[in-house]
Amino acid sequence: MAKTIMTVDDSPSMRMLLRVALTDLGYSVVEAEDGVHALEKLDGFQPDLLITDINMPRMDGFGLISEVRGQGRRSLPILVLTTESSDEKKQRARDAGATGWIVKPFHPEKLAAAIRRVLH
Amino acid sequence: MDLDAIQQIFFQECEEGLAAMEGNFAQLRDGDRDSETINGVFRCVHSIKGGAGAFGHERLQAYTHQYETLLDLIRNGTLELTPALLDVVVGAFDVLADHVAAARDGDTPPADAAMLERLMAAAGGDTAPAAAKAAAPAAAPVVAISDDFDDLMSMLGDVAQSEDGADAANGWRLRFAPGAKAFEHGAEPLLLLRELTMLGGKVTTCDRAELPTLEAIEPECGYLAWDVSLPASVAEDDIRAVFEFGDPSVITLTRGDAEPAMAEDSVDALFDLLDSVAAPAAIVEEPTPPPPAPAPAPAPAPVAVAEPVEEKAAPRSAAPSPAAAPAAQTIRVDLDKLDRLVNLVGELVITQAMLAQRLAENQMGGISELSDLEHLTRELQESTMAIRAQPMKTVFSRVPRIIRELEGETGKRVRLDIEGEMTEVDKTVVERIGEPLTHLIRNAVDHGLEMPDVRVANGKSAEGVVRLSAAHQSGRIVITVADDGQGINRARVKAKAIEKGIILPDAVLSEEEIDNLIFAPGFSTAAAITNVSGRGVGMDVVRKNIQALGGRIGIQSREGFGSSFSLSLPLTLAVLDGMIVTVGDQTFVIPLSHIVESLRPDEVALSRLGPDGTLLDVRGAYVPVLRIADYLGIDGAERNATDAVLIVVEGDHGQAALLVDTIQDQRQVVVKSLEANYQAIDGVAGATILGDGRVALIADVDALTSRGGRFVSRSALAA
Repeated sequence: MAKTIMTVDDSPSMRMLLRVALTDLGYSVVEAEDGVHALEKLDGFQPDLLITDINMPRMDGFGLISEVRGQGRRSLPILVLTTESSDEKKQRARDAGATGWIVKPFHPEKLAAAIRRVLH
Repeated sequence: MDLDAIQQIFFQECEEGLAAMEGNFAQLRDGDRDSETINGVFRCVHSIKGGAGAFGHERLQAYTHQYETLLDLIRNGTLELTPALLDVVVGAFDVLADHVAAARDGDTPPADAAMLERLMAAAGGDTAPAAAKAAAPAAAPVVAISDDFDDLMSMLGDVAQSEDGADAANGWRLRFAPGAKAFEHGAEPLLLLRELTMLGGKVTTCDRAELPTLEAIEPECGYLAWDVSLPASVAEDDIRAVFEFGDPSVITLTRGDAEPAMAEDSVDALFDLLDSVAAPAAIVEEPTPPPPAPAPAPAPAPVAVAEPVEEKAAPRSAAPSPAAAPAAQTIRVDLDKLDRLVNLVGELVITQAMLAQRLAENQMGGISELSDLEHLTRELQESTMAIRAQPMKTVFSRVPRIIRELEGETGKRVRLDIEGEMTEVDKTVVERIGEPLTHLIRNAVDHGLEMPDVRVANGKSAEGVVRLSAAHQSGRIVITVADDGQGINRARVKAKAIEKGIILPDAVLSEEEIDNLIFAPGFSTAAAITNVSGRGVGMDVVRKNIQALGGRIGIQSREGFGSSFSLSLPLTLAVLDGMIVTVGDQTFVIPLSHIVESLRPDEVALSRLGPDGTLLDVRGAYVPVLRIADYLGIDGAERNATDAVLIVVEGDHGQAALLVDTIQDQRQVVVKSLEANYQAIDGVAGATILGDGRVALIADVDALTSRGGRFVSRSALAA
């Protein structure tokens, strides 16, 4: 069974980029447009990894992570997509409950490495 | 789907984002300080920045970065959004739009240095950290994405083949102690050990000193620590990168003499690794499949990588599994596909009409299946057309920027009122209406509105108003561009028309006719050229463009009070409801939208006017009678109006009564362009194929009424 990764991003092109890259890596991809949408999809469904953007309408990435962690999904690996690699942003992601991050723009190699480091 | 196609989606998003920003700006200008409004602006810029990075548009990325920095300070409340600051933010938007266009078209990016400076100044004005941030190099280094992702797989192969650690002398010594947070937030130390193995590392010892008794074990705590030796050839950054997500303190990395401990520790390491594997596997909440036994150290297998590689080998077609179905509620469709669908539906409508006729000829016209088919065809057609419909918003959202530019160029002050931006119309119309609309707006500001001091002197507000509206009206969309400026100076227009030789010096014209002179070819030339509207395009071109869309343009003006241009356009260009009429041996279609009524006149209602003019009395109003047969040179048509049918139509230039032999039918026809298939003919708007396979011409009511109207006004004046 291919491992399933849920991507959450309000930008269709970013979702598409992720889908192409992740599919090429052999993963199944489930997409959501924002935090609220992701929570709907996560109801009764457990992906192997969650990759989420931070800035999104309705519910942002941090909100989504705290909801997901609050639901008791503590071992679900979560990567946040961020455009900044500053220590401050990384700390913020960590504090929010993310397992790691992917700095945009991501090279496929970096994406694969990040996933390799968190996907059980 | 290749990168180019994804990039196209990105540019569509940019367009949508820019349009949304315009909307947000309008609200901000109105004093709205809702956090969601400024957040919306931030998000748009942020998304564009993300895509710009992904697709390697470095200048766009650098620019959006600076823009975003300022917006971030505003949205988090560090900076108050004063009118002056809003000007900077809105001004920066225009440059952003230029940047996006340049990136999309592959043009040179716009000169943005001045704007970047303004953005930095605005961001750095109050806060030292912001200033420091702004002074930092704007663009993060951008890694270009290669066209395919295959290099990723080859990269994985490379790693697997990296040295196996035989050159351990002077290698790396690494201590990895994940500690209390080992499993926090879904982290998994085992994965990191695996990755080290892939880099050629070997676990030399597993430190179990911290391991408590079983009952004291906290499942999410890590009690083990590992010592790993890595070959000297491995770059330090590569080792540190493995631990990028963890607290930096979990590792200690030293370069030192590797102890010659290789011989026995491959076995020890294996056991240690197995220990470490067993521990987390036993305590994580969800069952984890038994981890594959790590290969003996001398030739580490890329365990962590094996799964994706194997899965990749699975049939490609299986990759987009049902679970991966797109989440979006909208889909983007290539316009060509849509056009093809519209065309096919058009053909279907024609075929259905033919079938109906054949059935009728065989006395089967009344079967219920036929009316079902008609109903379904019509619904299919309407649904197809609805797919192509787009709100006018896409066009209207560009207008605020045009107005801003005009304010800058002319020194006039303009308030823009927009109404009905959600009115939907066919995409073709939306796409092609932009240019004429822009021209009308430029005209309204440049020629219509007065300078603020003049306005005040005339008792008006200093700020001029341009009103832009769109509404559906009897099967058409009516777009109005109105201003409260000086109106058309008819004396000047007339003088100029005489000067240009458009009308004779002694011509007597109604006010409406004078107003319409501005649409005459050659009217707006040299003397009218200004920086703003005089771009070599006259109002005649505007009218041509509108007519090419099957539209009409009308003007209403009151000197001193302003002008209003109204464009009336069909909602779709592909079909129209028409009345099928016979004239001599020809069949014509008269667009139903133009028809006021049809009647068989009696002698009393008809009055002769001059040698060949006839007027029809329609309840007190006189309408010129127009013989289509004469106009288009058709033989064998009914000459006598009382034996014929008169169809009163309304066009741009008033009403006319078209004289036809008989009315055959009323039905929907699919418009085929005459220009594309033959050539343009004055008085004919297009052609269609009837149910019996014959071609019928579609009457151009506007052209016909303009002929009739002029004929009558001249005759009336002569009389």
